[in-house]
Amino acid sequence: MSPRAIDREMPDRFYTITHGRVPGDDDPFDIVSLIVAERDPAPGMQSEHVKILQMCHAPMAVVEISAELRLPVSVVKVLLLDLLDTGGITTRHPLPRATAASGPAGMHLPDHDVLKQVLLGLQRL
Amino acid sequence: MDYNDSDAGTSLSTGSGGLDTGPGGRLRAPLRKSASQGLKIVVVGGFGVGKTTLVGSVSEIRPLSTEEVMTEASRGVDDDSRVRDKTTTTVAFDFGRITLDSRNVLYLFGSPGQERFWYLWDQLFAGSLGAVVLVDTRRLKDSWYAIDRLEHHKMPFVVAVNRFDGIDGPEPTLARVREALSIEDGIPVIDCDARVRESSKQVLISLVKYLTRLSDSARSEQAGSGRR
Repeated sequence: MSPRAIDREMPDRFYTITHGRVPGDDDPFDIVSLIVAERDPAPGMQSEHVKILQMCHAPMAVVEISAELRLPVSVVKVLLLDLLDTGGITTRHPLPRATAASGPAGMHLPDHDVLKQVLLGLQRL
Repeated sequence: MDYNDSDAGTSLSTGSGGLDTGPGGRLRAPLRKSASQGLKIVVVGGFGVGKTTLVGSVSEIRPLSTEEVMTEASRGVDDDSRVRDKTTTTVAFDFGRITLDSRNVLYLFGSPGQERFWYLWDQLFAGSLGAVVLVDTRRLKDSWYAIDRLEHHKMPFVVAVNRFDGIDGPEPTLARVREALSIEDGIPVIDCDARVRESSKQVLISLVKYLTRLSDSARSEQAGSGRR
């Protein structure tokens, strides 16, 4: 899962933040994976890492972190990989896609129990 | 847009303040510590059809927006070879959030159905529960492409007709919309007013009930083939 180096195409600002890395094909984050900080920021950390650890005291989705930092999702994923590798964060993943049942015409269908919980939650709103 | 600011932060504890300001100085409403599963539903439709309005009317946070760039690693995921000629593709999208229970959090994404958006579908929206195609009857054509792409990505969807000018007047009936968009009988086509929380909520409920029906029939088929 080590991010691959590229890429003259990444805008400079993002290049500086990620040191030119992009998430690999096997990056473990979905945009709705929930991220939880497991420790406090340490002195000398990159400022984006510090911000992520601060904002993830409560679980926060990858896409929310992206919106807060005003950085594209894939840039945030690179930062999260750093933190994951050093034990700074843990991740609560959404259901693996593979477990979804296949419906008519090969449609991707979510888990039946999950649907039940979603329906109950929406009806309670 | 038309979402109601007073809806923001309904999950927050109390008070006039009660609102936490994040590092960017923006409104933040932390999730519960027990939240463990993020889920997603995508609202697609043409420009100005009311996607952000729908997301905002049911969201517990004021809709946020962010963007994704298509990177080298993900290029070519879609089977459209035109992508390879481009250097970087950026799409912006809005999202809101609904805390369903102590575990489950539903994220609602609104994104323009423009062409480049679909290059990033797998990167962003694979694994969504389903999609809502939001339709403006004055611009039905805008929805054709979205419906075609959802079918291509095998993503189940419902069609919601946003009657934001009121249901009176010479607007086409749901039956006409279904016909014009060639929507199969089993797929729900419903009216909504994206500005109204209850109406947007009913759209999501229709989608989840539809998904449940599909899931039930898939399960009984599997059980049936198991018996044989």
